[in-house]
Amino acid sequence: MTDTEFTGDEAAIETATLPLDAWHRAKGGRMVEFAGYWMPIQYEGIMAEHLWTRENAGLFDVSHMGQLSLAGDHVAEALETLVPGDISALKPGRMRYSLLLDEDGGILDDLMITNEGDQYGIVVNGAVKWEDIGHLRENLPDDITLNHNEDYGLLALQGPKAVDALVRLVPEAADLVFMQAARATWQGHAIGLSRSGYTGEDGFEISLPNDALTAFADALCAMEEVKPIGLGARDSLRLEAGLPLYGHDLTPAIDPAEADLGFAISKRRRAEENFPGAARILGHLEDGPPRRRVGLLIDGKLPVREGAKLFDGEEEIGVVTSGGFAPSVGAPIAMGYVPRDHAVPGTAIAAEVRGKLVHCTVAAMPFVPHNYVRKTGG
Amino acid sequence: MPRYFTEEHEWIDVDGDVATVGITDFAQGQLGDIVFVEVPDTGAELSKGGDAAVVESVKAASDVYAPVDGTVTEGNGQLEEDPALVNSDPEGEGWFFRMTLADKSQLDGLMDATAYKAFCDAL
Repeated sequence: MTDTEFTGDEAAIETATLPLDAWHRAKGGRMVEFAGYWMPIQYEGIMAEHLWTRENAGLFDVSHMGQLSLAGDHVAEALETLVPGDISALKPGRMRYSLLLDEDGGILDDLMITNEGDQYGIVVNGAVKWEDIGHLRENLPDDITLNHNEDYGLLALQGPKAVDALVRLVPEAADLVFMQAARATWQGHAIGLSRSGYTGEDGFEISLPNDALTAFADALCAMEEVKPIGLGARDSLRLEAGLPLYGHDLTPAIDPAEADLGFAISKRRRAEENFPGAARILGHLEDGPPRRRVGLLIDGKLPVREGAKLFDGEEEIGVVTSGGFAPSVGAPIAMGYVPRDHAVPGTAIAAEVRGKLVHCTVAAMPFVPHNYVRKTGG
Repeated sequence: MPRYFTEEHEWIDVDGDVATVGITDFAQGQLGDIVFVEVPDTGAELSKGGDAAVVESVKAASDVYAPVDGTVTEGNGQLEEDPALVNSDPEGEGWFFRMTLADKSQLDGLMDATAYKAFCDAL
């Protein structure tokens, strides 16, 4: 390692700390730089944390993500000029996964949009939140108010026992089903609650003021079901759940049809053909995209990671965009892009790792079944 | 049998003209859960500081470097079946490979256990 004298603007941006920074360190979190913040990659170990979340409840600090809110007249209609979802049909207390698209239909970010009654809440990826804010501000009418709620943190409590733990603090949690949201209070703090997440498990995301985060995290982790979980397990959990990660599996060079996210293009929007990149995307949905995001089951134990080239015989056909060892599957898995005639589950291809070809098979996703709760009770 | 350590967190046990190489307990702790180890083929010529093996944790692949020049005489076949041996017994059963020593004077530049501990404490 050599010391370099930085003079560019980039070096002037220091890695920021999250409100829970000291809490993570006290819990033994190993901190790494991610999306411009110091974040815990793991506490006791990725494998143990991953498996704990699938069986119990894991607490993730996702305060690096951007929590935005939009208020004003005709917000839903304005948002629909930038995303392909049916936002006008979103009832109060409901949320939807959507995509911020550029004019060619390339994916600028994936995000969650919630109708909070008096405003729309949006959660965007931490790594691109400043670009997203710029894009929204530039393209939305001036009379729509855009707030970046930096005084709020975001926690995700994920796993089959998440509901048991959370209702002890916030009883209203039991009333929600997957993709529903509500407001509540905890010890006098106004909090936002949704039954959602990015692990494939049942769970919640809880938005609360920065000065309440430590006490709330402590209250959850005092319960026997709950342990803090780092970014490493968050990545392996979402990979097994078949959920794409922005900046890796999704980029501006990829459209929603290629990303196999056709479900995010609502029926009414398809009929109206009036979202960004509609011609390209609808053409790809109709005729099949030239390439498609697929899951890959890897033969043997060698992990196949992002950047590995994919081959059919001698011919290079695609690339891996995420991959690694899957603790709940017990084998390496990956996601990548292949031509549409190779996208059928069961297709045998190969991935190149350090000059060697590893056999793999195109697989339907998720790799591990989703356990979302779609009805309360019984 | 003297044991030496490198700044890249390999250990090397020297027995006459043959050495056994692995990664240290500190290294396995940093890597986390190890899911795959690629050891060099018997007969491979290694040069000090060059790539010798690859260790894959859940999160990432990391190179293991040759601590000295020499020829590989044996890779630890047990690691293929049970890569987690590197986590549970990194400085014993979890050894990576054995090699001949082409130039014993290269050992002089390595650390002993006391120096290595001080090196890790300072990280």
